[in-house]
Amino acid sequence: MSVLLILMLPFVGILLPPLLQRQGRLAATLGAGIPTLLAFGLLMSLGPSVLAGEVLLASREWVPAMGLTAGLRVDGLGFLFATMTLGIGLLVITYAHFYMKKDDPLGRFYAYLLLFMGAMLGIVLSENVLLMALFWEITSLSSFLLIGYSSHDSEARRGARMALAITGLGGFCLFAGLVVLGQIAGSYELSVILASGDLITSHDWYVPMLVLVLLGAFTKSAQFPFHFWLPNAMKAPTPVSAYLHSATMVKAGVFLLARLHPALAGTSPWFFLVGGVGIATMFFAAYVAFYRHDLKGLLAYSTISHLGLITALFGFGTAGAAVVGVFHIMNHAAFKASLFMTAGIIDHQTGTRDIRILGGLRKAMPFTMVLALLGSAAMAGIPLFNGFISKELFLKETLDLPLMAGAPWVFPVVATAGALFSMAYSVRLVHGVFFKDPTEKTPKEARDPSMGMLVPVGILVAICVIVGIAAEQTAGPLLAAAAGSTVGGELPYYSLSLWHGFTLELLMSAIAIGGGVVLYLQRARLYEIADRWPQLTGQMAFEKVQGLILSFAEGLTARLENGSLQRYIVLLLGMALVAGALPFLEHGFVTGTAELTPTNPVAIAVWALLVVATLATVFTHRSRITAIICLSVVGLLISIIFVYLSAPDLALTQLSVEVVTILLLLLALFVLPKVAPPESSTLRKIRDATLAAIGGAGMGLISWAVMTRPQDSISDYYLENATYPVGGGTNVVNVILVDFRGFDTLGEVAVLVLAAFGVYTMLRYARHTHVEGVDDMASDRYPVVLVSVSRPLLALILLMALYIFLRGHYLPGGGFIGGLVASVALILQYLASGIDWAKERMGVSFRYVAVAGVLLATLSGGAAFLVEQPFLTMTLLGLKIPLVGEIDYVMTLLFDLGIFLAVVGGTMTILSQLSHMQEDREPFDEEARAKETDPWKP
Amino acid sequence: MEPLMAYVVGGLFAASIYMILRRSIVKLVIGLILLSNAANLLIFTASGLTRGAPPLIPEGAQFPDPMPAADPLPQALILTAIVIAFGVLAFAVVLINRAYEILGVDDLDLMKETDA
Repeated sequence: MSVLLILMLPFVGILLPPLLQRQGRLAATLGAGIPTLLAFGLLMSLGPSVLAGEVLLASREWVPAMGLTAGLRVDGLGFLFATMTLGIGLLVITYAHFYMKKDDPLGRFYAYLLLFMGAMLGIVLSENVLLMALFWEITSLSSFLLIGYSSHDSEARRGARMALAITGLGGFCLFAGLVVLGQIAGSYELSVILASGDLITSHDWYVPMLVLVLLGAFTKSAQFPFHFWLPNAMKAPTPVSAYLHSATMVKAGVFLLARLHPALAGTSPWFFLVGGVGIATMFFAAYVAFYRHDLKGLLAYSTISHLGLITALFGFGTAGAAVVGVFHIMNHAAFKASLFMTAGIIDHQTGTRDIRILGGLRKAMPFTMVLALLGSAAMAGIPLFNGFISKELFLKETLDLPLMAGAPWVFPVVATAGALFSMAYSVRLVHGVFFKDPTEKTPKEARDPSMGMLVPVGILVAICVIVGIAAEQTAGPLLAAAAGSTVGGELPYYSLSLWHGFTLELLMSAIAIGGGVVLYLQRARLYEIADRWPQLTGQMAFEKVQGLILSFAEGLTARLENGSLQRYIVLLLGMALVAGALPFLEHGFVTGTAELTPTNPVAIAVWALLVVATLATVFTHRSRITAIICLSVVGLLISIIFVYLSAPDLALTQLSVEVVTILLLLLALFVLPKVAPPESSTLRKIRDATLAAIGGAGMGLISWAVMTRPQDSISDYYLENATYPVGGGTNVVNVILVDFRGFDTLGEVAVLVLAAFGVYTMLRYARHTHVEGVDDMASDRYPVVLVSVSRPLLALILLMALYIFLRGHYLPGGGFIGGLVASVALILQYLASGIDWAKERMGVSFRYVAVAGVLLATLSGGAAFLVEQPFLTMTLLGLKIPLVGEIDYVMTLLFDLGIFLAVVGGTMTILSQLSHMQEDREPFDEEARAKETDPWKP
Repeated sequence: MEPLMAYVVGGLFAASIYMILRRSIVKLVIGLILLSNAANLLIFTASGLTRGAPPLIPEGAQFPDPMPAADPLPQALILTAIVIAFGVLAFAVVLINRAYEILGVDDLDLMKETDA
């Protein structure tokens, strides 16, 4: 349970900073810090049992059909990563409070940060690999938000897009890989996967699966050739870089390698892919880092290099190397986070991060200098710092690789060269910023920052030093637990002591340290050479590909779209006709054998009228009003068909909708163009008529084919169960709406309300300015008879609406029809007495009514949760109301009431907003009237 | 009855398609209404035609199997569809109106610019 709570706390906390922001910066910081602190405390309470080697599992079913469980797992590795995520998270939150500018919206920043933190925790604590993939995606998305936090800066946006594109694509590959992995292992649970290593590595699909999973890990951990997003992500605020690009986001990739190590490692594809990419990245990035002039750019490449080192260690595939890999993950998180924060301090206090400009800061910023010196020493791998021990162990591992027996010198040489550049850029960072003479004045007068920014760095640096001096006593137990779950068995012998005697790896270390210093002294010449080389980067390739995709999409769009709506409809219809005709052509058309319903003269009369009305609607050219009246005749005749064919509910609905639709059209006529465009050419008319004839004939044939075949419907179930034991009503249509298919209904009223809000928003800013004299004209517009009749009618119609609504569960009626009738009653007041008059008296905005309706329907459906039933289970809950009598199904009634309110609110929002438009229009315009030469007018 | 209904469905579809393809905005809107009517009737006829037996269960009655009542499911589907068609129609009308006002074009063939 507490595992779930640890994971939930950051997600729940997301709301706090934005809400508390108004109370000041401190409140926002506390809003982010307190959930993190609580989660950290809870995690620590699990510490003793995890360090003792226990694996804590908590699992709930989620989507069992897909093998997805909400399973959580805390073992040593997960515990280590969760500790880093939450611990460094706390330091970053503190640091950011002092780092961010006074006018930055801290609430939004912390909300993104907590989202990311929660997702990262999710990755490291997931037991189910599909769940892990889900959190993996959330880290990609939230890091996009964090990197692009300074959204006004186009470079930041570009960096964020690039990070999302690369890590997002990697995420897809990973997801595919994990699905294959789960299929091979027969389960998506880590416990099963980790135990079936032999089965997995000997499977036919092992290599494709491995490549997919590794693409995910490499993109996330910025391994060559996907590394370029990381330097471009340096536009993020420095606290973000310190968090994402040292301890968390980029560590997710190596976490994955460690997590799946027992299941996937130890084969030669694994060795060459992971070890090869890792060692290449390590050297290449260390080399590039040396040439970066931007402090954060240098650190970014250094991070890539160290991630390469860790990747290589896992790639070696031996238990010993994996232990060192885990150890370096810890060390790197500590020193790199401290260095990023130091870079942020320097930027914050001097206004620049350019090493060429900076210099001589040791006097102005003594505290910062000490911290940077210690952090860099750890990064360079100087003895007495944590980086030294893990680097030393790494060099030792490169010496003993059975798969490289043919060329045993390759890995040690590349590794030493990488360590050499690592030393060189570390020296450059310290000497270039604090010791060498400054070349120009910094934008700001440099001095040490407030304690709030120094303390988080100090804590991290202290860890580096303490672990460096007494590794076994401090980090030992945690490392043993974490490495234990990485290795997945007995831990091999390893020693974290500083002194192993005069060994080959000590010599390699000495070469790296000495060579690094020499290299730095020769820097001027090296930069000159580097400047002469052509620049060709992964970033350029990425942008080239991106440009190609965009121009392809643009070309395709330009070719398909010529701007004519009719053309699109013709294309769409043509496709639909072809698709619809294919089965006919293949199988021929066969009429069914079912018995036909007898026809009588009434039916024929209605049918004839309908045909005439439809034709009249289509061929009316004289006036738009006439066309609309013909259209309403069509609607009315259809409602008669509904009555005739045993659908009273439909008839009522059709009738009331017909009324509001006609009102809508009449109102719309005021805002739609009064002059019709020129008639189409005869050729086009023939084309359209042919399309219409084919389409109509096709649909008629389909209808005929279905009607003449025997019916086999699931509706018998509804008819049998409507009254008892499920629905409790006798009007089966209504029972289906509010009970059997309540979820559909809820969605559909939501659509109606959304459409209403769309109408509202579109018209809201489209008001036409009042024209002089409008009020005079408006005063005698409302006919007295209509006014005096409509007012008493209001109460009567509303009462009738209520009656229709209440009886709906048993007789034709219900929320939809009642709501429509009530809307008619209300809109009548608008028409009769004017908007202003009616609006004054309505008392409440219909938008709120609509929202209240949807909320009520949702809540009454959610009430089922109280009795542990699925959403929208309408439970029996009796209630006695005076005068009305006993109501058995209160929840059903409340749900229907929600529909009623949503329909009234939605319809009235639409109609009142449209009539507002009309009111605001100029009522009479001589010039416009004169232009109306076409008869197609109101 | 069945042939008559098939003609009605086909005729309404044909009329709506023809109207939707016209260049006038008002005709397009009329076509949309006809289309929703046509689709509703198509679904309605798909469950067969029943006379004089609405899906209302008399108080306390037990129905024999098979039920002599009209199929209630398509009716429920159409009922919501009718109401939604109204909402969508309103949305379409206002959208077209905004396009017309912003672009100053009332010919659907010419409504192609996205910037005012």
